[in-house]
Amino acid sequence: MSEISNQLESLSYKAQQIANEASQLASSVAETSGGHSDFIIFGITVLVLACFVGYYVVWSVTPALHSPLMGVTNAISSVIIVGALLAAGPVDSNISKYFGLVAVTLAAVNIFGGFVVTNRMLSMFKKKQ
Amino acid sequence: MSTLTTAAYLVSSVLFILSLRGLSHPSTARRGNFLGILGMTIAIVTTLSNPGVLSYKEIGIAFLIGGLIGTSIAVKIQMTALPQLVAAFHSLVGLAAVFVAASAYYNPSAFNIGTVGSIPMGSLIEMSIGTAIGAVTFTGSIIAFGKLQGFVSGNPLVFKGQHFINLLLGLGIIALIVKFCIDQNQELFWLIVFASFVIGVLLIVPIGGADMPVIVSMLNSYSGWAAAGIGFTLSNNLLIITGALVGSSGAILSYIMCKGMNRSFLNVLLGGFGGEQAASAGGVKDDRQAKQGNAADAAFMMKNSKTIIIVPGYGMAVAQAQHALREMGDLLKAAGAEVRYAIHPVAGRMPGHMNVLLAEANVPYDEVLELDEINRDFSETDVAFVIGANDVTNPAAKTDKTSAIYGMPILDVENAGQVFFVKRGMASGYAGVQNELFFRDNTLMLFGDAKKVCEDIIKGLEN
Repeated sequence: MSEISNQLESLSYKAQQIANEASQLASSVAETSGGHSDFIIFGITVLVLACFVGYYVVWSVTPALHSPLMGVTNAISSVIIVGALLAAGPVDSNISKYFGLVAVTLAAVNIFGGFVVTNRMLSMFKKKQ
Repeated sequence: MSTLTTAAYLVSSVLFILSLRGLSHPSTARRGNFLGILGMTIAIVTTLSNPGVLSYKEIGIAFLIGGLIGTSIAVKIQMTALPQLVAAFHSLVGLAAVFVAASAYYNPSAFNIGTVGSIPMGSLIEMSIGTAIGAVTFTGSIIAFGKLQGFVSGNPLVFKGQHFINLLLGLGIIALIVKFCIDQNQELFWLIVFASFVIGVLLIVPIGGADMPVIVSMLNSYSGWAAAGIGFTLSNNLLIITGALVGSSGAILSYIMCKGMNRSFLNVLLGGFGGEQAASAGGVKDDRQAKQGNAADAAFMMKNSKTIIIVPGYGMAVAQAQHALREMGDLLKAAGAEVRYAIHPVAGRMPGHMNVLLAEANVPYDEVLELDEINRDFSETDVAFVIGANDVTNPAAKTDKTSAIYGMPILDVENAGQVFFVKRGMASGYAGVQNELFFRDNTLMLFGDAKKVCEDIIKGLEN
């Protein structure tokens, strides 16, 4: 009995593996067959529009606050942590995961450092009493 | 990506835009910073709830270590060291981008971009461009950090064929990227990283210390483009939007800095400008005698004036004179004078640096004015007190077409009734140009350390 259940278990494990591979294959086929190239055009659209938003927003920043601006932009450019978290996410340990964990650490230094130092700068700006 | 995730990322993007918008005035700026924190929190929590992200323990530890390091540095750092701190932070963004791209290359299925060895062409292009920009940002920022911190000489390092080597390396990287997109070879990936590391060093090495405001802003911009590049690999709009915001912010700041020096961006990038070498070669021997005064004279004259404009420069920050200067300003205000501060766009070593230093010394921000806000007022001002600035006040920028600084916008301190120049000696400024103003009738030189001179004037005012 135990032998059969073992066999069943290994069989179901194999089925699971095959299903995984199939789904990966399907997704990669979808990517190569245009799913991804669609995103490139979409992504470039977003990029160009966001550049315009950035242009107008940044010109409206008062020159006195250009240092805090660099602090904030430094902190938010660490949004790259989104990629780092996805890389560090899987349970099984491999080189890819370790790269992701290093990237999480680096980005975290920046997020905390950037926001804290900006807050310090901004708290110094006071109006005339 | 589920609809909910996409929506959450959109909220983050909007919060980031609002966070920059908040910086349009000091009264709304802190709220802006808070919105930025909120946006980042939403982005992180949303990503953690992704079904592919499971190793919470390891991630938590990595995040905590990074957070502790970042916070402890940011709490302790001196405001004069702000430029090198920002440069160091930029290098981390660059390195993080390289690691994310490397991770995507070794485990593409975690990012939904195919499997090892069969990553689609589009993703490969994005990945390799993101990697290259990240790697250049990393080493470039490290060199900028070294120059600002004094680990590396602030003098421009120029050698023959420099630009040719850079060009070759640049073309080499493009060739490597093309080959990598075809072969998907792991050696090629690391070659791209290595070549980009080298070019990052070579690009920044020839640039002088005082051009660092432009460079720090430029690297700020690069770190944004690196994030946007990774955004394409992940098909993630949040990264693309944020990257574009940061990228355009850095580009605008470097444009403002270049305009403040009347130099083209290319001229700064090619390097070789300024440093000790240029100062000694350009400093023509001058037999004219500048009038020299002492702190007691200055104290007496300022006590009896109605309007005073203080022009601080980087020299003031080096001498840590900002607190003594503010105290001097307070005493003058108590004596009935109107005291204001005039800031040149390139004062300090990063955009807005001088404003932060004055704010730290408790100077109210509404007394600190930008060049175009205050420049007309010099002609109706009794005393201009220039401390640690030089080139930005040189009238030769308007009159002498042969001058290295011709065309640079300057603060018209020459129009004030009386000009005081606090300087350590008669040496010329960064551009290596003699300042005409030193020999004018209405100019009095106060030689000495900026902090010491301020303290002496304070004593004179108290008596």
